[in-house]
Amino acid sequence: MEYEAVIGLEVHVQIKTESKIFSKSRAGFGYEPNTLVDPVVMGLPGSLPVMNKAALDGIIKAGIALNCAIPDYCKWDRKNYFYPDSPNNYQITQYDQPICDGGFVEIEMEGETRAVMGDHRKVELTRIHLENDVGKLNHFAEDSLVDYNRAFTPLMEIVSEPDMHSGAEAFAFLTAIRQIMVYCGISDCDMEKGQMRADANISVRPVGQKELGEKVELKNLNSITGVKNGIDYEIKRQTRELKNGNRIIQSTRRWDADLGVTELMRDKEDAHDYRYFPDPDLLPVRIDDEWRDRIRAEIPELPFEKQRRFMEDYDLPYTITSVLVPDRELSDYFEAAAKEAPKQAQAIGNYVTNDLLRELAEEGQTLADCKIGAGHLVSLVNAVEKGTITKQIAKDVFLEMFKSGETADEVIERKGLKPDFDDDQVKAWCQEAIDENPRPVEDFKSGNDKALNALLGQVMKKSRGKANPPLVNKILRELLS
Amino acid sequence: MSETPHIDIDKVADLARIALSEEEKAKFSSQLDSILGYIDKLNELDTEDVKPMAHPHSVENVWREDAAEPEMPVEEALKNAPAKRQNMVIVPKVVE
Amino acid sequence: MSQELYYKTIGELGRLLESGEISSVELTQAVIDRTKAVDDRVGAFNSFDEADALSQAAASDARRKEGSALGPLDGIPVGIKDVLAVKDQPLTCSSKILEKFVSPYDATCIEKLKGSGAILWGRLNMDEFAMGSSTENSAMGETSNPWDLERIPGGSSGGSAAAVAAGEAIVTLGSDTGGSIRQPASHCGVVGLKPTYGRVSRYGLAAFASSLDQVGPMGRSVEDVAILLQAISGHDERDSTSYKAVVPDYLAEIERLRDKKWTLGLPKEYFEGAADAASMGAVKEAIDFYRELGCEIKEVSLPHTEYAVATYYIIATAEASSNLARYDGIRYTHRAEKFDAKDSIDIYRQSRAEGFGEEVKRRVILGTYVLSSGYYDAYYLKAQKTRALIRQDFENAFSEVDALLTPTSPTPAFKKGAHTDDPLSMYLSDIYTISANLAGVPGMSVPCGYSDDMPIGLQILGKPFKEEEVLAIGSAFESARDFKNHHPKL
Repeated sequence: MEYEAVIGLEVHVQIKTESKIFSKSRAGFGYEPNTLVDPVVMGLPGSLPVMNKAALDGIIKAGIALNCAIPDYCKWDRKNYFYPDSPNNYQITQYDQPICDGGFVEIEMEGETRAVMGDHRKVELTRIHLENDVGKLNHFAEDSLVDYNRAFTPLMEIVSEPDMHSGAEAFAFLTAIRQIMVYCGISDCDMEKGQMRADANISVRPVGQKELGEKVELKNLNSITGVKNGIDYEIKRQTRELKNGNRIIQSTRRWDADLGVTELMRDKEDAHDYRYFPDPDLLPVRIDDEWRDRIRAEIPELPFEKQRRFMEDYDLPYTITSVLVPDRELSDYFEAAAKEAPKQAQAIGNYVTNDLLRELAEEGQTLADCKIGAGHLVSLVNAVEKGTITKQIAKDVFLEMFKSGETADEVIERKGLKPDFDDDQVKAWCQEAIDENPRPVEDFKSGNDKALNALLGQVMKKSRGKANPPLVNKILRELLS
Repeated sequence: MSETPHIDIDKVADLARIALSEEEKAKFSSQLDSILGYIDKLNELDTEDVKPMAHPHSVENVWREDAAEPEMPVEEALKNAPAKRQNMVIVPKVVE
Repeated sequence: MSQELYYKTIGELGRLLESGEISSVELTQAVIDRTKAVDDRVGAFNSFDEADALSQAAASDARRKEGSALGPLDGIPVGIKDVLAVKDQPLTCSSKILEKFVSPYDATCIEKLKGSGAILWGRLNMDEFAMGSSTENSAMGETSNPWDLERIPGGSSGGSAAAVAAGEAIVTLGSDTGGSIRQPASHCGVVGLKPTYGRVSRYGLAAFASSLDQVGPMGRSVEDVAILLQAISGHDERDSTSYKAVVPDYLAEIERLRDKKWTLGLPKEYFEGAADAASMGAVKEAIDFYRELGCEIKEVSLPHTEYAVATYYIIATAEASSNLARYDGIRYTHRAEKFDAKDSIDIYRQSRAEGFGEEVKRRVILGTYVLSSGYYDAYYLKAQKTRALIRQDFENAFSEVDALLTPTSPTPAFKKGAHTDDPLSMYLSDIYTISANLAGVPGMSVPCGYSDDMPIGLQILGKPFKEEEVLAIGSAFESARDFKNHHPKL
């Protein structure tokens, strides 16, 4: 019997704002413990929440980017449960009328090789809602310490339909969400900083069965890779259990990344009664088309749209788009040049994704520090296209441009890289090479096409590397025919 | 709800995180059952088409701009803490 | 003169301060002395800080000397119910769970009071977390009615009312969720006003029931109450439920409306049976006064009155069960010493068991129950719908009349311990005051008579955000009587 897995994810994403969601305290990460606090964050007697408009704008933007419907009306509810990281022992959330409804995320699977784009598909979403984050518990041998800095940071909860079937799909899902959030400036989704967290619901059933199997909730998935590995392990575990004739009990398990296994945390018996009711301290939100339209206008071209456009309009291969697209600034940088010289877009793309990134990494610089701009790249590819310099020389010119900020023409001029000979001279050198190298000539004439390279190499030497290889190739073939 | 409502005092006290003595359980159980019996009179009313009143005034969209205010100093924030260490509140080890 | 300073009105004291006949330090000292003389019998205060009060008074005098007095409340001692946050002062809510809590911040209404120059005086006793109608539910000790020390002062703002009646403060701040300002005012023969919901900021008011709570003033005269209301009213961006309505000049409005011939409604359900004969008699005399004044008196109906107590006790306890969850032994409350260290939940259970009194436990459990899985529709949702009907009743009545007159309480103050074993009977005594909180309308109690030497109050309920009308109506009656000069024999 074959089994298949059905997976749903609950993804929490922190919205990047100056101040917290219901408190005016600054929002941030890495600060000294309990310094980003005020009476609301500490849950002091008499404290009251006030909505932060920017958090609303952020989630509406996320919802529109993820193809959700944004209803006209939403409200706030209290989710009541006791836990030391919760200042009020209730979380302010949205229970039955969330701010975003439905939606879907386009994901890209891994291709057969890194050079090949994988399949695209859509993962359906159930909803997205806004809530406050809670503090952080630090565990020690005998006790735990609570830091409330994170409490009341605005948090989006993105709930997917049980619409994924493997760890790889979950990986692609989270990657896609992160890219969109970064593109829209909503969140950096850095899982190490707690800006994105994911829990998975996993069940397994025999292929062909309509009902879902018993689901297991999986927690402590602390990185995107951890999500993939944890899910894959749990699928294998559940499948093995079922094959052995055991039943799966609805429960919560945690992923142990070090041991590479999932462990039981608690059975379903401990399910919480959250006693949801509308929060009497907060008023509802009414959203109109004007607000929706204003936010929609702020959304940039999204990653996969850009990828499709780059591939169509600039004929870029996946090897280049897969590097450009995840980085919006890099994409913009590339396009500023490609717009000026669209026929050279591939060459520009190559320089940006290979040479530029390599040099930036070596120098520890960011794109913002870079001395090369669109104009520089255009001047370089044009020089190659015109035949002024060879591709080989162009690589050196690039390095000079990167170091000094000169244009390609300025470097070529300064270093005297222009060929100081004409085509007749090239023809003469070709003839010399043929005369001086009988063996390769014989090999070539007897069918070994590759033998031409030796002759080519000789001509390049004579021209001190400046001759145009395609031209040399052409002339040699003419002379030898 | 035509039967006399009866409160499962153990379950609710647990949800409310209040430890009750046996005596308190017995006393509260009977007092609350009688209060619930009184409250039951609301069922005399037909409220099928009535919109619930969530807030005394129908105001919407109450919010503030995203600007941070100076924080409360950590000494003030923790000055009433029953137990603290390294400027964090000590709690019993939480069994996940 | 000094021995009666503590019984003068704000207006009178203001004139004496302005003319230099007295200083705020003298006035404050008089109040302190009076407190020390009577509070071991009255028990209005949980705590007070003499040195702090005198230093505030000295600062007031200094301001006045420079010609920069801040207004009518500058230099006037105002008692504060122990439910409002005052920076660096205790905030106990008369509960063991907050026994040692010192607030690190000021409530908005306290900030406003400080800005008015008032002398913040002491922490006044109350029913624990404002849950009660007699102040018997305090973990900090007993408060007695200054008119008869064997009787309760009312609740939950029992300390606030008793202090005013006994001269231990010139005016006080209380809070009202189901009648907790009006009823003790009635029992102690003083004036108490609950503003419209949203008129005064709740930021810094330890929450009991968020959709019902309001902070309000108590004093010996309508004018004093108006002055204090003026100082604390207004929209606050730290309280999302505070309303953006213009705050009129209340004293000017009382003056302007002085001769108005009001149309006053008598809700028939309030006059059918619950009140005892003496209370009803005193209220009817007051109604006669208005009739003689030329006001039109009409019978109106608030047909859903009989459901108000049930509605209130569902909504208030539900909200309270959630609002009190933060008192958990973790961050700033009493923490039990003995709990099962292996059970991380036990610290909550034990701390709250030790920290909460009986009435609080009862209400938190009831509130938890009505919100629990499977019961939300039957209780909470049902109560929210009934609440809408109760509000509709008021809107209908107010389309015919300017304001309503009712007894404040079915009986005068009862003897201590009379209702201890029967919480439900205690709840039912809130019948006249509770609907105003559910509907969100303003209400004031003014003294209108006695029964066996115990004060009786007349309640005036007004239209939303029309506190000036309520004050003007009350002022008309007060001017024709002398209750504000009646003081208990202590």
